[in-house]
Amino acid sequence: MTDSATIQGEAIDKSDVTIEGEVTLPADMREDMLKYYKEMLLIRRFEEKAGQLYGMGEIAGFCHLYIGQEAVVTGVQAVLEDKDQVITGYRDHGHMLACGMSPGGVMAELTGRADGLSRGKGGSMHMFSREKNFFGGHGIVGAQVPLGTGLAFANKYKNNGAVCATYFGDGAANQGQVYEAFNMASLWNLPVVYIIENNHYAMGTSVERSSAETELYKRGISFEIAGKMVDGMDVFAVREAASEAVDHARQGKGPFILEMNTYRYRGHSMSDPAKYRKREEVDDIRSHRDPIEGLKKQILAAELSDEAHLKEIDKEIRAQVKAAADFALESPEPDAKELWTDVLKPVEA
Amino acid sequence: MSRMTMIEAIRNAQHVAMSRDEDVVVYGEDVGYFGGVFRCTQGLQEAFGPSRCFDSPINESGIIGTAIGMAAYGLRPCVEIQFADYMYPGYDQLTQEAARIRYRSNGDFTTPMTVRMPTGGGIYGGQTHSQSPEALFAHVCGLKTVLPSNPYDAKGLLIAAIEDDDPVIFLEPKRLYNGPFDGHHDRPVTPWSKDDLGEVPEDYYTIPLGKAAIRRPGTDVTILAYGTMVYVALAAVKETGIDAEIIDLRTILPLDIETIEASVRRTGRCLILHEATRTCGFGAELMAQVQEQCFYHLEAPISRVTGWDTPYPHAQEWHYFPGPKRVSAALCEIMEG
Repeated sequence: MTDSATIQGEAIDKSDVTIEGEVTLPADMREDMLKYYKEMLLIRRFEEKAGQLYGMGEIAGFCHLYIGQEAVVTGVQAVLEDKDQVITGYRDHGHMLACGMSPGGVMAELTGRADGLSRGKGGSMHMFSREKNFFGGHGIVGAQVPLGTGLAFANKYKNNGAVCATYFGDGAANQGQVYEAFNMASLWNLPVVYIIENNHYAMGTSVERSSAETELYKRGISFEIAGKMVDGMDVFAVREAASEAVDHARQGKGPFILEMNTYRYRGHSMSDPAKYRKREEVDDIRSHRDPIEGLKKQILAAELSDEAHLKEIDKEIRAQVKAAADFALESPEPDAKELWTDVLKPVEA
Repeated sequence: MSRMTMIEAIRNAQHVAMSRDEDVVVYGEDVGYFGGVFRCTQGLQEAFGPSRCFDSPINESGIIGTAIGMAAYGLRPCVEIQFADYMYPGYDQLTQEAARIRYRSNGDFTTPMTVRMPTGGGIYGGQTHSQSPEALFAHVCGLKTVLPSNPYDAKGLLIAAIEDDDPVIFLEPKRLYNGPFDGHHDRPVTPWSKDDLGEVPEDYYTIPLGKAAIRRPGTDVTILAYGTMVYVALAAVKETGIDAEIIDLRTILPLDIETIEASVRRTGRCLILHEATRTCGFGAELMAQVQEQCFYHLEAPISRVTGWDTPYPHAQEWHYFPGPKRVSAALCEIMEG
């Protein structure tokens, strides 16, 4: 059982922080900077391509882009082990790429093709990978939270040392079943880290218009779950907080809540004109807090790389994303017979 | 062999399943220390320890949700929802997650879990402790729905449900827990110890899901029933002297349409019984399928006796319940058709 006194409430807003001049960086940061830069850039370029394909009519239905939030999954994934599970809601493309699932397989699911990770039966919001311990992709807001808690129960029961990273948004944080899950996780001391990606808008409703307590990391207080506010636009801040939270869970100390203060640049989904916020708000965050641009400045300031090399990296990633898109467009339509597979276990003849 | 009530058979089934597979865990509201509201899990915590049989908070969505996560990662949870009427907060998790994970993940993940819940009325539980929501589960592809009518079947079907690789809803007619209640509420109930189907082997056995049982062979009319209505049908047949064939469906999904079809083709008549409300009840699906499969063999319109389209009342319970009088009248009517 954790002590509620460990709740840490440091609200970080680095909107005015820009990196200028010479910076001395710890060695482990230097090593990882380019790695995270590439990982975040892959997600961004992938999502840009998905948005483009959606506009071209190649992706149908719902498509929720992760652009702006890349530092969250990248920083958390950095501290997870292969055996740890990841589960999230419907804005899931970034999580799958961070887990190492194939960009082509994800994109082919978006385009509804036979090579999609769910052979077209899942679509944007519903993909899984046992190999990568990614347990969806869930379209019902908040439904993944008790599921992730159950995954953590299985870890504890099997004593396998694994932790479940359970992501949800500021909107889901108001669903009742989240608190059922919090209570059980704390009561049963389960190895789960709840990561609230607070991008400030539940579709079009701001946190202020929907939440009596807007500091979501405090939502675990009455369950004695430690919580922490994290700058979700800074991959190293995310990594540091995730490291603490995951260690806490892995050591058998029970659940931990991380509220990631982040932002999505695009609309909730592709059909969202985003009239609920001012253009200037988005522009301001883009120019002052962007996780990729921020890291790029750090990389250049630390002289880990130069503009030419970073351009080369971008080119490589764009090529990788193009290959994924080509794969997704060339893959055949799934066979209509797939409609009937995997409803129930096939009856043995 | 020993004589067991349905409660003892259900308890014994879980004991056997837990002994055979350490990945079977049992939990729910008051399931561990208290032994369950109807005592269906009594003794399991003492036998297997609190890590395998334990109490959950009162949160049905959380119970079903966590069971899905456990099932996906190697466990076989068998959870109890205290009354079927309490299932609604967990219905979202059942329909949109448990029932669909296999499909959605392209077979990469499955959710082998069993959700036990007492169903039906007859104990003056009123509107929130008497409902029969089986049609709500049968309507959901990806779930199997089982509804036993006696201790022997309850044990074999429950072990089969726990061993099944898909999510199974296991509805226990609470009026049958202590004896084969036939709807004559004003008469003493025969205990299971005096019924052949109260003979239950102590050891492991299973009854396959999706197989109906012919409770009484007959030639005049086929009665399709499950749960408590099986015994109401037996009483009505005895009272009318009509030579009806009574089929106990046991599993409503997957449905054993072959057994139904063979019987109706033989008898040419079909009466469908359930305690649940009439409109869009499972009887409507049975009528449709019998009509599709047996139309040219029918000698009378297919008929139903069900609960009325009202909430389950408290004081008027026996006016609501489709007892032997209503079933007998329907049997006589269908024979005239």
